[in-house]
Amino acid sequence: MTLFLRRTLPLLLTFLFGVAFAVQYYIPHPVSEGALTEISIWLRIILGFAMILGIASLCQVHYAKIRTRVAGWGYSLVVYFSMLITVAVGLWARGQETGTGLGWIYTYTLLALQGTMFSILGFFVASAAFRAFRARSKEATVLLVAAILMMFGRVPLGEYLVPAAGPLAGWLLNVLNLAARRGIIIGISLGGIATSIKIIFGIERSYLGGRE
Amino acid sequence: MATSVLIGAWVAAGLTLFMFSFLYKDNPFFRFGEHLYVGVSMGYTIVRIHYDVMMKSLYGPVAQEGKWWLLVPALLGLLVLTRFIPKVSWLSRISFAVIVGFGSGVAIPRIISSNILQQVQGTLKPLLNAGSSRFGMAELNALLILTGVLTVLVYFFFSIEHKGAIKIAARIGVYFLMVYFGAAFGYTVMARMSLVIGRFDDLILFASRDYAYASVVLLILVTLGLLLWERGSTGLTTGGQRRTQTPPA
Repeated sequence: MTLFLRRTLPLLLTFLFGVAFAVQYYIPHPVSEGALTEISIWLRIILGFAMILGIASLCQVHYAKIRTRVAGWGYSLVVYFSMLITVAVGLWARGQETGTGLGWIYTYTLLALQGTMFSILGFFVASAAFRAFRARSKEATVLLVAAILMMFGRVPLGEYLVPAAGPLAGWLLNVLNLAARRGIIIGISLGGIATSIKIIFGIERSYLGGRE
Repeated sequence: MATSVLIGAWVAAGLTLFMFSFLYKDNPFFRFGEHLYVGVSMGYTIVRIHYDVMMKSLYGPVAQEGKWWLLVPALLGLLVLTRFIPKVSWLSRISFAVIVGFGSGVAIPRIISSNILQQVQGTLKPLLNAGSSRFGMAELNALLILTGVLTVLVYFFFSIEHKGAIKIAARIGVYFLMVYFGAAFGYTVMARMSLVIGRFDDLILFASRDYAYASVVLLILVTLGLLLWERGSTGLTTGGQRRTQTPPA
């Protein structure tokens, strides 16, 4: 019985849900479409709980840092305080963002931090490229030229200095880049379908975790 | 100007400068901003889950509309949380089975339709339409796209040995891939640069008189803070007090 609950039941559920919703696509009936909508809501609810799992896991990590007083444990306190303050303000605002404290936190804290955090990566990507993009081989030269053309042709200054840069970048994007992208998409899709079939038929079980 | 906007401008300018201070080196200002980002993001996510998922999709429909069957996904969601209790953590498999099974089932027909058939159609249709007119730029482009798609697929096809004609085709595919990677890189850099411009745009705005010169004052304060921190930390021995400089995730 335990083995059934631990291994067979999850595999059976995967098979049933997998086959049902693969077939659902080919049944254009209101009942079938309603089922898809309903299960999508189910999934949103389950994923909501899964997010709690992730947040709780992060809290555990920071709690351990505070408890053991490791170097920089004060920053973990910043995590806790900022999280609690945001939750308190969010509950006070009843989740509304327009003209509330939650909206203020979102606009002046979260957006500013997020925008800057990701913009910093621009500097690191550029500096890493400076070291990595040396035209040592024909392939690397092609990559370098494509990258430079893309950057040059997509800004007004580039088009102003070299009028052909814009159309050339457009051609590169819409023809050569598109061809490779389609090849990659088709390749990934074939792999995705194969993996999905393996999961549905219980050949691929790594998502269950554990050894049983 | 409302006080909340003025305070907001000072906070946003300060946090932006804290984060940009990482360009000098890893420092306490950046680490504070980094951890604040994690905390606020978590808090915001909790609030959104509570109102958008728990209240709107679960509590409301169950309590007000009598959709009691939504208690099933709630139960499945609770089973996910059993990961914290090692003895019964296997129960979470049931929830993951539903998520993975549904995801796999939904993916197969949609991938076939949108990622394979439509891509093949988009590749072949321009060539089939080309017969009516003489060979021009559009036809050349269509031919180049077909060549690119086929050679890239040949490059990723490892079931046969890459030699002879296959090797040549795979080599051509590599060049198409290099163009793709180069273009993707260029696009990524430009996207990041637009974010940099956005942040600088805000900093310049907040440096105006309307915002009490927030950016200028805070820039001086952060610079002074960094100088003090640098002077204070020069005497530190190498005891693992500082992190090595790595780009933020």
